[in-house]
Amino acid sequence: MTRELLTGNLAAAWGARLARVDYVPAFPITPQTEIIETLSDWYDSGVMAGRLVTLESEHSMITAAGAAAATGVRVFSATSSQGLLYGMEMIYTVAGWRVPFVLVNVSRALAAPVTLEPDHNDILAARDSGMLQIHCANCQEVLDSLLIAYRLAEDPRVRLPVIVNLDGFYLSFTREPVIIPEPGAVDAFLPAFDAESIRFRASQPESQAVAVLGGSPYSYFRYETHLAALEALKVYDEVAADFTARFGRSHAAVEDYRCGDAEIVLVMMGSFATKAREAVERLRDAGVAAGLLRPRLLRPFPADRLREYLAGKRGVAVIDQNLSMGKGGVLHSEIASALYGRKDAPPVLTSFIGGLGGRDISAEEFYEMVSVTREAADSGTVPPPRLLYTRDELREVRKLQTIARVERSELGKEP
Amino acid sequence: MKESMYKRMKDLPSAHLLGTGTPMCAGCGGLEALHEIYDVLGSRTVFVNAAGCMTLLATYPFTPFRGSWLYTAMASAPAGAQGIRDALDILLQRRSITKEEDLDVVVLTGDGAAYGMGLSATSGAIERGLDFLYICYDNEGYGNTGQQYSGATPHGARTATSRGPSGFAGFKKDLFSIWAAHKPTYVATVIGAEPLDLARKVEKAKQLDGPRLIIALAPCPTGWDYEPRHTADIGKLAVQTGIWPLKEYVDGTVTHTRMPRPRRPVAEYLKMQGRFAHLFLDQRGKHMLAEIQARIDRYWDTVEA
Ligand SMILES: Cc1ncc(C[n+]2csc(CCOP(=O)(O)OP(=O)(O)O)c2C)c(N)n1
Ligand code: SF4
Ligand SMILES: [Mg+2]
Repeated sequence: MTRELLTGNLAAAWGARLARVDYVPAFPITPQTEIIETLSDWYDSGVMAGRLVTLESEHSMITAAGAAAATGVRVFSATSSQGLLYGMEMIYTVAGWRVPFVLVNVSRALAAPVTLEPDHNDILAARDSGMLQIHCANCQEVLDSLLIAYRLAEDPRVRLPVIVNLDGFYLSFTREPVIIPEPGAVDAFLPAFDAESIRFRASQPESQAVAVLGGSPYSYFRYETHLAALEALKVYDEVAADFTARFGRSHAAVEDYRCGDAEIVLVMMGSFATKAREAVERLRDAGVAAGLLRPRLLRPFPADRLREYLAGKRGVAVIDQNLSMGKGGVLHSEIASALYGRKDAPPVLTSFIGGLGGRDISAEEFYEMVSVTREAADSGTVPPPRLLYTRDELREVRKLQTIARVERSELGKEP
Repeated sequence: MKESMYKRMKDLPSAHLLGTGTPMCAGCGGLEALHEIYDVLGSRTVFVNAAGCMTLLATYPFTPFRGSWLYTAMASAPAGAQGIRDALDILLQRRSITKEEDLDVVVLTGDGAAYGMGLSATSGAIERGLDFLYICYDNEGYGNTGQQYSGATPHGARTATSRGPSGFAGFKKDLFSIWAAHKPTYVATVIGAEPLDLARKVEKAKQLDGPRLIIALAPCPTGWDYEPRHTADIGKLAVQTGIWPLKEYVDGTVTHTRMPRPRRPVAEYLKMQGRFAHLFLDQRGKHMLAEIQARIDRYWDTVEA
């Protein structure tokens, strides 16, 4: 066991290395590229056995990943944002193949407008695909989640590919102290992949991913996939408990910070939840009974766990680092569907959108969200969803627009 | 390379490996070619398929294949082949499987995938030197969706999206040359109606390593509008009129494996198909027909020069 300063990207590469992945189909995209460059170096220098192949697109990359997993080797891949969307047809497809492998997504906001910084619209576009999703908040979690993800994906009760998500820049390029477990200990936790009957061999002809005719066989396979994903809730708990027993670190499906005696609870995913956590700490110092819940698993959705944590709370504020245009925050809808109609459900569920394209969420904004939610609980009136944006930011954008307009008209005047 | 074991028609395999009772149309030229190809390739194969008519060959829970099959999507069958080949190589290398368990990886797609949506994936696979065989059955349109024009549709053909008086305004893309420009191990054109030529080429491709690509012109009664019983005749005419040159590319050299001499007028081939009926109606059709003939003549002038 060693402790090193690692970026989230390096932590992901280490996770893949410790999992002894055989095969990495790859394609570069910021902010993920460091992962595949690192793995490429490790294969080239012989510290890892197997191969990395750069495909000509993410669509092909995910096809190759699924096909290799269907042949019976352990596969890893990584992408981001536009890459995830470019490969989306195959994200859905390989989940239907029921092939276990792990894909890291380094979240980056989607075009248009094009940008490099993070939010979660990319990963949420894969929400309904059948690929399971684990969301990380720090670099240690990235490494650990990769190992957990392989156990989960390869479990015969699950057999589904898993996406491990980390936020671009905030985790991908941020160095944090990370414990790198001993390879032997990892091998004991995560034995070599046993493909069982899922594989292509000359002696055992196999047809995979064949067409179906009609809704009945189609529904059969779709329901099977859904039930396997639900089963993954139970399997996840088992695997996470085994991980804790072996390595001492706990990665529950839902992370709870001072939720027990909280009146108002913030719910948030990903690395920005660490900002929420600090705000909760300050609020506690000031005597406000705030708490934080961070779902690590988004698919399968740990609805029961969230319900238990939120039962009897006065108010819940969901902070979405994503925006479903014309609807609002995706996590807000998910939480609402988990709570609606339960007699001990919190009476107030407020919605805030923030952190889009890497925009910061300040401590003051967190305090404000708690206070708005508390007022709503007092008055019994839930305010409309709020898009976090300050007057200063608006002024700044307007200023730039004005400058650009003046510059353009001056350009026009030149002879 | 070994001498071909297919010297005469009677040398062709007599036992047929591909099962019958598939949902393909009667007289499907693509299926005819696939039967012949499969007899030579055998069952130690995994077919990686892209969306198209042939996708329905393996329909849960049945398959006519004795070997393996993976359906991918329309654009990325070559990438599926890459994943399987790489995985098998990794397993062989670390001795997790024996050589006897190894498989030939065969991509099977239509022209829509091969000439268009999947071309980037094919180009990538060739450039990476992937050891695979690509079989394109070319029915000159998006057949499965009702024969709209594709990058393989010939000039003048009526399709579901070129119903005007002159048919398709574009020209059939030269996929053979596009593939050959990548300098793969082997490229060939074949047709089911010339089974000996086809068997020799598939046999040759099977013996080689690296990227090997074969385009089979696939007369399609449904899309080309003719009686199913004419598939073989139309196929023979495609070769005899010179509109479908049988050729192969090896080591930088293109060789024509059949020289149609004398060439029959292309009108004989075209008039058997409803999709070209408008060429035989009026003055405009006559003019187009002359143009099509002239293009074929120019092609063979350069070959024979
Ligand atoms: C991404 C995507 N776009 C469109 C389709 C619809 N589609 C299915 S088969 C097909 C035609 C394929 O044409 P071709 O490759 O020539 O095969 P054929 O149908 O002629 O056998 C199309 C357009 C699809 N399956 N996937
Ligand atoms: S439409 Fe054409 S290619 Fe498709 S199955 Fe029918 S005959 Fe064959
Ligand atoms: Mg076609």
